[in-house]
Amino acid sequence: MMSGDLVLGVDLPWGLVLLIKGLIPLALVPAGALIFGYVFLMKMLSHMQSRLGPMESGGFHGWFQLVGDGIKFIQKEDVFPDGADKRVFALAPLMVLMSTFLMYVVIPAGPDLVVEDLNVGIFYALAVSSLSTIGVLMAGWASANKYALLGALRSVGQLIAYELPLVLAVVGVVIQAGTMSLQGIVLAQADGEIFGVGALGNPFILSQIIGFTVFMTAAQAELVQTPFDMPVAESEVVGGYLVEYTGFRFLLFFLGEFGTAFAYSGLAATLFLGGWSLPGVDGDIMNWLGPLVLFAKVMLVGFVMFWVRFTYPRLREDQLQTLAWKYLIPIALVNIAVTGVLKVVF
Amino acid sequence: MNLSPHDVAFGIIAAGMVIAAIGVVTTDNVMHAALFLVMVMAGSAAQYLLLAAEFVAWVQVIVYIGAVVILFLFGIMVTRAPMRATASQTNSQRFVGAITALGLFGLFAAIVVDAYEHTRFVPGDAGTTQAISSELFTDFIVPFELISLLLLGALVGAVALARKD
Amino acid sequence: MQIIQFLILAAFLFCVGVYGVIVRKNSVLVLMSIELMLAGVNLNFLAFSAMLNDTAGQIFALFVIAIAAAEVGVGLALVILIFRGFGVSDFNELDEMKG
Repeated sequence: MMSGDLVLGVDLPWGLVLLIKGLIPLALVPAGALIFGYVFLMKMLSHMQSRLGPMESGGFHGWFQLVGDGIKFIQKEDVFPDGADKRVFALAPLMVLMSTFLMYVVIPAGPDLVVEDLNVGIFYALAVSSLSTIGVLMAGWASANKYALLGALRSVGQLIAYELPLVLAVVGVVIQAGTMSLQGIVLAQADGEIFGVGALGNPFILSQIIGFTVFMTAAQAELVQTPFDMPVAESEVVGGYLVEYTGFRFLLFFLGEFGTAFAYSGLAATLFLGGWSLPGVDGDIMNWLGPLVLFAKVMLVGFVMFWVRFTYPRLREDQLQTLAWKYLIPIALVNIAVTGVLKVVF
Repeated sequence: MNLSPHDVAFGIIAAGMVIAAIGVVTTDNVMHAALFLVMVMAGSAAQYLLLAAEFVAWVQVIVYIGAVVILFLFGIMVTRAPMRATASQTNSQRFVGAITALGLFGLFAAIVVDAYEHTRFVPGDAGTTQAISSELFTDFIVPFELISLLLLGALVGAVALARKD
Repeated sequence: MQIIQFLILAAFLFCVGVYGVIVRKNSVLVLMSIELMLAGVNLNFLAFSAMLNDTAGQIFALFVIAIAAAEVGVGLALVILIFRGFGVSDFNELDEMKG
């Protein structure tokens, strides 16, 4: 870090490298959030449910509406509820956003395109993703509103319950790849073979289909998306911990939510679909092609995620806990055991 | 004495940790105390990274987020979640406590300075995940298994204590 | 880096924790002070581990974290019991045995 660092063959001073490495994830969070928010939340949802919404501004499918909405959010008055703990209230959305930002640091987009390839990458990503729990609790408590507090308590119960299956589902992949580094996991899939045939590589979704299912279910719950959206259910707790947030601070929560959805899709694409690798293409070209491949896979995972979100009704609180503790965790544990045995046998 | 970037980073993080630690034991608001504790824990994780102990640092993050969140919930339960501090959370032993703590700190500081005043070091590779795992599952395998037994015992004990019937 | 900077910070955290355990009335706050003391201990372990380049210190730090988790679990179960039995979480009010 101290000396000049080679970035894509260009020699740069370490301060500049650090700046670039900080700014890229910082730009990717809102970009990813807006892409997911626009493509899936606004357009896919409206077409699936046959309620088109604003289609005029900007021409093609009303794409400019999103910019308009953003400007509207920023213009609004910065309201603090009466009796709220102002500092904690203001810090809560930043805490959520910080957790999202930190997740982007380890997701690789090409052979050299990764901000920091930690050798405990996936463990790190799951650790920082759970930081958002604290932000949610801060928001719920500092709002001085009983619905907000109820929503935050529901959210915490849910996030803690589903963190276990999330981590356990990843363990199967880690055993199979033999590394916790995300770059290493991508390479293990790119160089892998299926019964001696190496043309496709070995995307772990084939051997870890159970892990993938558990991971996606748990990720859906961690993201507080339907069918697990009890913490923000309008009909039960009038919006939960978000109830007192308006304007710019609500926008931050929105960015955090969809930015995290983008990051989880990125993780799922990296862990189970081979990340930036494309079968049959090798070498330096992947530094340019890799981000596009990864983006296509992320959109595929995101599509599935939001498809589920728009299709299923909300679960009950006890059904939610039953699903995590009685089904997902035992299934994930069995998956780990079987993967371990097969890894030793083969 | 020349300062390396590591020393500067240490100073900034340590200052934050000191302020937050004092906040934990002086604020009358249980929620604020929990948030200060989050700051201390995050600072500790950053110090571990400076000491090249990355695995322990991330374990600290993932374990203590859960722990602190649970402390939060209990804080909400036992104080009925008032927005403002209603009563002092400190008893009348304040001066005794301060004298004890300061005396202890003076003693520790004197011993440490006396013993290691000029010892400088550069962290090696003892903190890598690989080194930890290979030691943990060879030399320390019996303590490791005992820890898992202890955790199971604590789990059963906590459930037995807290269940209603 | 000097070893004493880490050791003094660790000693400070430990002593602040001691102060908290002595002066705090609320049981949850006492548990938080104990967490501070454990954080100081862990920092010491890791500082010496880095200085001596010995992995044993890292392993001890992991054990401390695991035991701290067990301690919080049992401690909070006791808090629930006290809270349910007496309706308070304040150690000063637990004086049933005072004559």
